[in-house]
Amino acid sequence: MVLVAEVKQVVAPGELVAEGDHIVGDNVYRVGNQIFSASVGIVEADGNRVLVVPLKGGYIPMVGDMVAGRIVDVGLSGWSVDILAPYPAMLPASETPGPRGARRRDLSETFDVGDMVLAQVLAFDRTRDPLLTTKGPGLGKVSTGRVVEISAAKIPRLIGRKGSMIGMLKRETGCQITVGRNGVAMVWGKSPEGERVAVEAIYMVEREAHKRGLTDRVREMIVKAGVVGEVARD
Amino acid sequence: MWEKLPETKPPELIDSKGFRADGRRLDQLRPIKLEVGILDKADGSAYVEQGKNKIMCAVYGPREAHPKHIALPDRAVIRCRYHMAPFSVDERKSPAPSRREMELSKVIRESLEPVVLADLYPRTTIDLFVEVLQSDGGSRCAGITGASLALADAGIPMTELVAACAVGKVQGQLALDLSDSEDKYGEADLPVAFVPNANLVTLLQMDGSLTTEEFEKGLGMALEACRTIHGLQREALKKKYHEMKDVVEEKEESEVVA
Repeated sequence: MVLVAEVKQVVAPGELVAEGDHIVGDNVYRVGNQIFSASVGIVEADGNRVLVVPLKGGYIPMVGDMVAGRIVDVGLSGWSVDILAPYPAMLPASETPGPRGARRRDLSETFDVGDMVLAQVLAFDRTRDPLLTTKGPGLGKVSTGRVVEISAAKIPRLIGRKGSMIGMLKRETGCQITVGRNGVAMVWGKSPEGERVAVEAIYMVEREAHKRGLTDRVREMIVKAGVVGEVARD
Repeated sequence: MWEKLPETKPPELIDSKGFRADGRRLDQLRPIKLEVGILDKADGSAYVEQGKNKIMCAVYGPREAHPKHIALPDRAVIRCRYHMAPFSVDERKSPAPSRREMELSKVIRESLEPVVLADLYPRTTIDLFVEVLQSDGGSRCAGITGASLALADAGIPMTELVAACAVGKVQGQLALDLSDSEDKYGEADLPVAFVPNANLVTLLQMDGSLTTEEFEKGLGMALEACRTIHGLQREALKKKYHEMKDVVEEKEESEVVA
């Protein structure tokens, strides 16, 4: 069991990552005794498991993910939602909170074409398109705040280990930030200036996601911008 | 400009000292430049210069399959369009897809399909565009080299990068990486795409004629060249991320000084 590549090293597809009986994680594949990378990314080791965290790539839904989407169509029994994935998502009317009868009359009163919604992936597999739900705390229509679109591959970095990055962003900019797994972050601030800095910081995380010590650098940038750090309460 | 008279004699392709018209030795590649991630709108992109070839490659996807009936239930469909710009050759080339372009689209796609882990994205398509801006012989090979880089840049999982290169026979001698005139006036052309670790040849075409010995020796030369190109591909792919790192480090240093 040898890790041929260093942890945090950037590898290309086909590059040897490890040798031996490691457990094969995401974006790596095994040939005989050797484990190779399948993407451009950073090598990570989690106990006996080796994986490559990709530096690029689109969003593939997973059950339980929180996603931000845009309503593209209103049907008779639900909505079609664009969640920036290769699969169109459906949000059935039965998966919105509230009494049944009122909802049934006109669905566009609840969500209309163009509305932003925060939702959770209820069901998805290889054979079925994703099914969403807006039942749950903090889910539903979003009509204020700023929407920041970044690459879905950078979302784990934006959240950070145990939420360190996102926690720092919220503290330092005084903004409320919600992150959708599909690469859409939403920012609500007390001042436009605070929002602007938070958005800039999110873009900075996207640009420099593959580097060490990023949290400190982002904090520095925010402090320099001179936003009064205070946690927003709502 | 006067219309050129038809050539009565093929030009001298290899001189008495064994050098080719562009100054290369027989086993020498043309200068190659590879750049990754240059188009903002595409999910992945690459730019290739090999000799006078200038090729832009772009990848979109995996994305929703349109028209829907082309989607496959168990894997992504890979589509490829090889296209030559009207200004890529001496005489204007009609921008409509020609028979040759359709063939090259197909062989480029088929040379990349074995490495892409398409079963991870069922019911989607991956669209691949190979746009030749300037053409100088061996553009299908340069296109494959670039397209596999663009796929990797799009974050599409693949077992390995594919490298491609041609060999040919010119004035009775085997020559690596034929230029346009060597291809036109030479006796044979043998484009090869190769996946080094898997030891897999994913493209092998030939026109003209070679003896068995020539074929074997030529194939060996082409595979060796593919290994070289493969190294350059990896370098180019990683360079993009190291470059960004350098920029940040420089900025930090200058801030200390200020």
